Amino acid sequence: MTSNSMASPEPAGGKPGRREFNMPSLMPSVSTRPQGSAQPAGRRRVTLIRPKAGKAPDAIFHYLMLACGLSVLAVIGFILFELIRSSQLSIHQFGLKFFTSSAWDPVSGDFGALPFIFGTLVSSLLALVIAVPLSIGVAVFTTEMCPRFLRTPISYMVELLAAIPSVIYGLWAIFVLAPFLREYLEPWLERYFGWTGLFTGPAYGFGMLAAGIILAIMIVPIISSITREVLVAVPRNQREAALALGATRWEMIRMAVLRNARAGMLGAIILGLGRALGETMAVTMVIGNRAEIAKSLFAPGYTMASVIANEFSEATGDLYLSSLIEIGLALLLLTLIVNALAQLLVWSITRGTPARTNAQ
Amino acid sequence: MRNRWRKIKDHGATLIAAGTAVLVIAPLLAIFAYLVMRGIGSINWAFFTQTPKPVGEPGGGMGNAILGSAIILGIGSLIGVPLGIGSGIYLAEYGRGKMANTIRFTTDVLNGVPSIVIGIAAYAMVVVTQKHFSALAGGVALGIMMVPTITRTTEEILLMVPGSVREAALGLGIPRWRSTLSITLRTASAGVITGVMLAFARIAGETAPLLFTAFGNQFWSTNPNQPMAALPLQIYVYAISPFDEWHRQAWAGALVLVALIVAAVTVVRFVTSRGVLKGAT
Repeated sequence: MTSNSMASPEPAGGKPGRREFNMPSLMPSVSTRPQGSAQPAGRRRVTLIRPKAGKAPDAIFHYLMLACGLSVLAVIGFILFELIRSSQLSIHQFGLKFFTSSAWDPVSGDFGALPFIFGTLVSSLLALVIAVPLSIGVAVFTTEMCPRFLRTPISYMVELLAAIPSVIYGLWAIFVLAPFLREYLEPWLERYFGWTGLFTGPAYGFGMLAAGIILAIMIVPIISSITREVLVAVPRNQREAALALGATRWEMIRMAVLRNARAGMLGAIILGLGRALGETMAVTMVIGNRAEIAKSLFAPGYTMASVIANEFSEATGDLYLSSLIEIGLALLLLTLIVNALAQLLVWSITRGTPARTNAQ
Repeated sequence: MRNRWRKIKDHGATLIAAGTAVLVIAPLLAIFAYLVMRGIGSINWAFFTQTPKPVGEPGGGMGNAILGSAIILGIGSLIGVPLGIGSGIYLAEYGRGKMANTIRFTTDVLNGVPSIVIGIAAYAMVVVTQKHFSALAGGVALGIMMVPTITRTTEEILLMVPGSVREAALGLGIPRWRSTLSITLRTASAGVITGVMLAFARIAGETAPLLFTAFGNQFWSTNPNQPMAALPLQIYVYAISPFDEWHRQAWAGALVLVALIVAAVTVVRFVTSRGVLKGAT
C-alpha cells in the first residue's frame, strides 16, 4: 500500500534517497572477478547482468518479497476471521454467560468455559510464581556473578531447556514428576501448609500443582533469556558508578542493574505468561483433565488449551465444536493482549531490537 | 559491623543466584537421564523399521511415525522456509515505513499465538475443505509456525551485512534483486540456515497442532492427503495409554526426538559461535 509508486517502472533517476542505480546501456555486461570478502566463491568469470535489464525484475522481486511479508498478515487475519466465524453459533447461544457458567455437558448441549479459564489462569500464575524468582536468579547469575568459564555452559543448558518439546516434558511429568509429588512433595506440603487450604485433599500427583511446576520449568528459559538481554542492555557506566560509590556487588546489581531493567524484566515475565497460557501438551498430560473449580492445588483441573486438545477431534455436533472454537478464540485474544503488552515493554527497553522469544 | 552485614548479604545473594541456576538445570539433567535410562533399552532395529503392534504383542516400532514426521516436517518446511526468508528479505532490504512495521509486529504476534490455535486454523483451512484429516493439514500448521522465527533471524542477519557490500554490488551494475539474492543473502547464508534450523527444532516436537490435522495413523502411509503418524503424536498417545510396553516405546521415541533436536540446536550454536557471515565481518 505504501509503495504503490513502485508498480510501474520509474523514469531514470528514481526517487532521491532510494538506493537505485541505472547503468548506462552502453555497457554490454559487467564481468566481475570476485575480489575481497564479499564474493568468496569461485574463480570463474561471472556475468551478473544482461544488457538493458529493465527495472521490471526489481519491481517483481520487491513485490514477491512483500507478498511473503503480507502472508503473515493474511495468516493472522485468517485465524481471527475463522475463529470468530466458527464460534458464532456458540456466541449466539450462550452470549456472555459462556464465560461465567461452569456447565460442560456435551449430551444436553450446555457449555460454559469458566472451569477452563480458571484452570488456565491458575496454572499459569502458579508457574509464574515458581519461575520468576528462578529465572531472574539465573539471569543475574550468568550476567553478573558467575565465573566466565561457567557462563557458556549454563546459558547453553538453559537454551536446551527451551528446545525440549512439550510432549516430552509431559512424558517426564507423568512418569517422574507426578509420582514424586504424590510420594514426597504433596504430603509434605499438606503437613506444613495444609492450613492455607491450598494444599489439601488426596494427593494424586496429577493436578494443578503438577501442571504449574511443569509449566514453570518450560517458561524459565524464555523469562531468563530475555531478562539476560535486558540486563546486558543496562549501560556499563551505571554499574561502575555504583561500584565507585563503594557498593558491594549485590548492592550494585540491586540498585544499578535491576532497577534500570525493571520494565524490561516485567516484559520478560509477561512474555513467559503468554507462553504458559497457550501451552498445551505437557499440561494436558498432568493436570488431570476434570472440569471443576477447586481451591486446593492438589485437585485436578482443566485448561482452555487442554480441552481443545482432548475434545476437538471427537466433538460431535456443531454447538460442541463451536463452543470449543470459542474457547480457542478467547485463548487467542488473551495471549494476543498479553504478548502485545510484553512486546511493548521489552521494545521500550532494548529500543527497537526485537526480543527473542524462541529458543535462543 | 554494618559493612560486615553488607558483605554477608553480598555473599548470600551470590549463593542464592547460584542456587537458582542449579535448580533450573536440575530438571534438564533429570529429563536427559530418564530419557536415556528408560529409552535406550527399547531402541533397536525394529523400532526404526516396524509399525506399532497391537496391545499385548511385544515388539513393534515407530518406523511409520518417524517417516510421517519427516514428511510432515518436509511439507512444513516447503511452506515456511520460502515465506520466512522472503519476508525477512523484505523487512531487511525494503523494510522502512508503516507497512514494514506492521509486518514486523504481526510476525511477533504470530510467534505468540498458541500452537493449538494454529492447529484450529489449519483444521479450518485444510481439513474442513478436504473433509478429512491429512498430513497436508499438519504440514500447513507447522509451516505457519516456522515463519516468525525464520523471518526475524533472516532480517537480523541481513541487517548485519555491511551496506558497503550492497553498494559494491550495485556499483557494478548488478540489479538489486540479483545483488540481494546472490550477494547479500549469500553472505548471510550461514545465519539464515541457522534461523531455519532453529525454526525446525521448534516445530519438530510440536504435538498440539497435529492432534486434529495429521491425526495419526497406525500404518505406513506416504500419501499427504491421508492421516499420517508423527513421532510426537505417537509419543503422546503411548504416554497416556495404560500399557507398560507402550510406555517403553514412548520413552524410546522421546529419546530419538530429543536427540534429533539437541543435535540441531548444538549445530546451530556451533555455527553461530564461529560467526554468521561469510567473510564480511
